[in-house]
Amino acid sequence: MVTMKELPREEYLLKGHAACAGCGPAVSLRMLFKALGNKVFLVVPACCTTVIQGPYPFTSFAVPLQNVLFESTGAAASGVVAALRQRRIDDVTVVGWAGDGGTADIGIQALSGAAERGTNFIYICYDNEAYGNTGMQRSGLTPYGAWTTTTPSGKKERKKDMPMIMAAHKIPYVATACTAFPLDFVNKVRKAKDILGTKYIHLLAPCPTGWRCDTSKTIEMGRLAVQTGLFVLYEVENGKFKLNPPSDRLVDKSKRKPVKEYFAGQGRFRGLSEQDVAKIEKWVDEDWDQYRRLASECV
Amino acid sequence: MKRIVDTANHLAGYAAKAARVKVVAAYPITPQTTVVEKIADFVESGQMDAEYIRVESEHSAMVACIAAAATGVRTFTATSAHGLALMHEALHWASGSRLPIVMAVVNRAMGAPWSIWPDMSDSLSQRDTGWIQFYCADNQEVFDTILQAYKLCEDERVFLPAMVCLEGFILSHTYAPAKLPDQATVDDFLPPYKSGWVLDVNKPYSHANLVSPEWYMEFRYMIQEAMENAKRLVPQIDREYGKCFGSEYGGLVEKYRCEGADLVLLTMGTMGSDAKLAVDKLRKEGLNVGSARVRVYRPFPMEEIVKLAAGSRMIATMDRHISFGMEGFLGSEVKASLYGQEDRPLFAGFIAGLGGRDVTAETIEKVAKKSLRMLDMGKVEKETEWVDLRE
Amino acid sequence: MASVPKKRKDLPLTPLSCPTEGSMGKTGSWRIFRPEVNCSKCTRCTICWVFCPDAAITRLEDDSPKIDYDYCKGCGICANECPVKAIVMVREEE
Repeated sequence: MVTMKELPREEYLLKGHAACAGCGPAVSLRMLFKALGNKVFLVVPACCTTVIQGPYPFTSFAVPLQNVLFESTGAAASGVVAALRQRRIDDVTVVGWAGDGGTADIGIQALSGAAERGTNFIYICYDNEAYGNTGMQRSGLTPYGAWTTTTPSGKKERKKDMPMIMAAHKIPYVATACTAFPLDFVNKVRKAKDILGTKYIHLLAPCPTGWRCDTSKTIEMGRLAVQTGLFVLYEVENGKFKLNPPSDRLVDKSKRKPVKEYFAGQGRFRGLSEQDVAKIEKWVDEDWDQYRRLASECV
Repeated sequence: MKRIVDTANHLAGYAAKAARVKVVAAYPITPQTTVVEKIADFVESGQMDAEYIRVESEHSAMVACIAAAATGVRTFTATSAHGLALMHEALHWASGSRLPIVMAVVNRAMGAPWSIWPDMSDSLSQRDTGWIQFYCADNQEVFDTILQAYKLCEDERVFLPAMVCLEGFILSHTYAPAKLPDQATVDDFLPPYKSGWVLDVNKPYSHANLVSPEWYMEFRYMIQEAMENAKRLVPQIDREYGKCFGSEYGGLVEKYRCEGADLVLLTMGTMGSDAKLAVDKLRKEGLNVGSARVRVYRPFPMEEIVKLAAGSRMIATMDRHISFGMEGFLGSEVKASLYGQEDRPLFAGFIAGLGGRDVTAETIEKVAKKSLRMLDMGKVEKETEWVDLRE
Repeated sequence: MASVPKKRKDLPLTPLSCPTEGSMGKTGSWRIFRPEVNCSKCTRCTICWVFCPDAAITRLEDDSPKIDYDYCKGCGICANECPVKAIVMVREEE
């Protein structure tokens, strides 16, 4: 595991960019470049990161970046990878960096297609659990009960399990990560870089703007998401499931923080009733039964 | 040079191979399927040094081509009808990105209801997307035009994508004799891929991030300028191609016996071939008729139309499509081209061949005779008439 | 650095934007609170540097943090995450 002081000092996301104050995805973008350096081709669909670049003639990104149509990250990445191969360029990592909409909703077809074709790239979904770019409307990755501008009384449906959907594609590497655990994320990105095939990393990236919390709480919320067991850090490498710290210790329910602590910190969960919380707690327990089973099968 | 007998779809595949395309991303749709099957065959047998990305939709096909072209390689794709419609937003993205992608469009009618038969609604309804559009009348022209298109699109005064349109089943699946030039001759004509920009780690850019109202209009103006340049270059490249390979097509508009014609019939695609037969028969009967096939629809050959009109007393257009609520696009744009002229010929527009309804030389003869009757009366009964419409 | 176009002829073929610090201008103007580091408390753990969304904290040679107030948006993450509370958020003067 890399240490903070081992992370390189160079910045490829330049200061003075257009992200909101306290933006979780922006923290992780910096970490992405700490992991890979600047030999990266970024493919970015319509999402917050489109805007973070800033307006022409400026960009805050010091790596080649292709803005692509909303639903097309996976397909665009396939095109980039094929072209680089034809040009015999093999020292560049192609990274698709997309939000929840571009991954789980409008973009799922292209992602699934790229994974089925085994396109050699890293796909990172930075999940802030809503359509941030257009003003915080619900996405398929918005959790149950969360307020968004299109679910003002709380989302009635559960969050889509994107990492498991991607694992079902039998790609060589699937991992979850969280902005609050930057070294874990860096390690996973570096691991993915050296694997041939489609690699998917699902990154929970807290968003004070959408989650309705103070801008200073971004990292704290990310940490709590993991500590409550609501978001789980794991890898599926060639079909083998492994829990990562600190999630590996949370198989024991008593070690999981109460979900209420997580909800209390975010205005988007203000509308949760006692029954909602009970439902969510039950789902967390059920999900963890599954993770326990998977972890024990893959010893 | 090799003589073969093959379909226009297969010839499109041969052209992509001859053009040394490096990335093909395509999704099958009737009647385009045999284009991509041919390319898959070429790639897997090693005859074509390229990658064929078997994308999961046409939208992804165009996006993958855009991404590959931006990363520095020559790209190709093919589609029809609903596949083309599905790519619509990506067509805009390709032209705005000024990428010289070439696509074969096997013209097919749009649903609902389903129809697999040819008409030009699919490509013509994409006329505003900033793509150069060619319309072919025979198999050889499909092969030749794809090569000409790459040369045109990769010219630094152009850098726009192009679609090479051919009617489904009439050309796509019909076997006809064709000549395949030697690779060496093609390489002389078509230099290695050149694009106006490329993404590179050594000189990083963000492409196509937000452009405010301050500069967006100017970027669009530059696309219009590129179209104007393409208009000038098409005849040059066609002539150059003729010198290298022996076949040329009259540039923007292929004229047939228009000198001294009272009536000029304007058509696109294969109707242009049948029109020649009709003209020959009518001329034998002593009727002064000529035909002109609009080979390039975008950029629209305004100046050619004005010249044709100056030499004739009537123009009749035959559109293999309709813009509901108005008329056929060819008809509209011909009239628009002539609006500023002092002396304008009489004009009649005809809609024919929708959904694959056959348009033969006899049909065109009928249209011509009807138009001549209107010319004699000095007025047109109906601005737009549907040919062979059942009661 | 990007050159700002003045005339149409300065434009590239298609919008290609150059990497620029301050693409949105001096984002420090967004601040209501500014972080202030108590150097004697600071243990140079680099946590604030890692978690700054704006790369507004430079990690100096000795691992101490240097805040670029031209670009710091005052989000307060650094203050919230500092394990020894060496950073405090101070309200900006009007």
